[in-house]
Amino acid sequence: MKISFIKTIKENSIEALSLMVAVALWQLVAGIIVHNKFLLPSFYDVVTSFFVIIKSGLVTDILTSLLHFSIGIAAALIIGIPLGISMGWFKKVDRAVDPIIEILRPIPPLAWIPFGIVWFGLTHQAAGFVVFVGMIFPIVINTYTGFKNVSKVYVEAAKVLGCTRDIDLIRSIAIPSALPSIAAGIRIAMGVGWMCLVAAEMFGASNRGLGYQLWFNYYLHRMDFVLVYMLLLGFLGLFIDRLFRYYVDSKLLRWTAGTVV
Amino acid sequence: MGRVSVKYVSRIFTKKEDGTGTEALQKVSFDVEDGEFVCLLGPSGCGKTTLLRIIAGLEVLTSGEITLNGIPIIGPDPKRGMVFQQYSLFPWRTIIDNITFGLEMQGIKKAEARKQVEKYIDLVGLEQFKNSYPYELSGGMQQRAAIARALANEPEVLLMDEPFGALDAQTRNVLQDELLKIWEQRHVTILFVTHSVDESVFLSDRIVTMTSRPGRIKEIVNVELSRPRCRTGAEANRLRDYVLKLLEEERFKR
Repeated sequence: MKISFIKTIKENSIEALSLMVAVALWQLVAGIIVHNKFLLPSFYDVVTSFFVIIKSGLVTDILTSLLHFSIGIAAALIIGIPLGISMGWFKKVDRAVDPIIEILRPIPPLAWIPFGIVWFGLTHQAAGFVVFVGMIFPIVINTYTGFKNVSKVYVEAAKVLGCTRDIDLIRSIAIPSALPSIAAGIRIAMGVGWMCLVAAEMFGASNRGLGYQLWFNYYLHRMDFVLVYMLLLGFLGLFIDRLFRYYVDSKLLRWTAGTVV
Repeated sequence: MGRVSVKYVSRIFTKKEDGTGTEALQKVSFDVEDGEFVCLLGPSGCGKTTLLRIIAGLEVLTSGEITLNGIPIIGPDPKRGMVFQQYSLFPWRTIIDNITFGLEMQGIKKAEARKQVEKYIDLVGLEQFKNSYPYELSGGMQQRAAIARALANEPEVLLMDEPFGALDAQTRNVLQDELLKIWEQRHVTILFVTHSVDESVFLSDRIVTMTSRPGRIKEIVNVELSRPRCRTGAEANRLRDYVLKLLEEERFKR
């Protein structure tokens, strides 16, 4: 256990060194040159504030933010994937839905915040709604693209093997074939959704959560706290992305291992 | 039993923009007897692949009729297995799961289907690779698996569209030998599209040669060579020469 830990440090020595230098530089610049906790809190300030925040109920805020995120992603997956599938498989659905999507898509997700509040009030659903708006389009479009790129030879091979109904072709051929594209769409959507989450909480669609706390502490001019929440948002986003990638690459997309090295 | 009968089949491709048509096939007629190995041979663009795809049910005909055991063909059906020129194994399924695909579509449980296809995996010699994904296999092994996948449905006729076209010469020879072995064991009717005279002379009972576009039948050549055949025997060479000359006539006609 101890040996493998040391080995990891050795293997990732450049990465670790780079991080340590960055933190040291930060501490130096903040502590000696800027010397102003409001303009640039130092690494040390941030660490101490972090422990204060833990004691004052960080877990509730993290869980609240994750709840908002979950509402958004669940809704986006439940609506986005079937929509992308039917647009990709049935030409008429594509023609009917595409103009609507093309008009709604350029609207920045944050522009939906007022309606989110009006429709859902100050509930978790309001913040989830903004996340949903941010996530739905990358999911729909990548699912659609994945379906459009299903190789004709797979569909024909399936047909001569006795798989001729649309529902069977979608389930057995098109979905697995489009899965890399769908997964990429979900990943992009998670990035967008995470940003929308912070904005939604900041601009009043919630009275808890990491984004809300970030803005609240800004009003109190506690910039060291603001920085802690910023870093937390970054780490949490990174963690969610890695978790998703690990699951998808090792469980669902093992068969693509040869195509991308 | 698998008796294919092609009667006066024509196929015209119409362009959507101006309505002009290209005649790919013109009144093609021939029969394939049960258990026979027939090659369709012709210059590129003569419509041989189109004809095979019509028989598979993946393409429609403009006029005429094709029957399998007297029943007209209207769409794809597992009774007519097909092996494609491109690698067509589903990359997201392992080799064994590719081969069980047809059985699963018939509603057979996966575990039961796996047991049933074991003999086809043996037949094409892929026992060692049954749990691999297609990207881990060479081109020749992928086409072997594709043949096993088509056979697992126990088709009455096996349609093959230049299945060895993308393989190197040595692998192609090995697979030709193996295909003949399979054909003798399973006694399935095979209709095989190729542009290689050597391949058609080595494999088939009869060679249906076609003219350049529009594709018509030029001549049906009986290959009366005893099996197992020698690739370079005097009789084979004579026949090869004859068929090559038939095709050459087509080249000058253009």
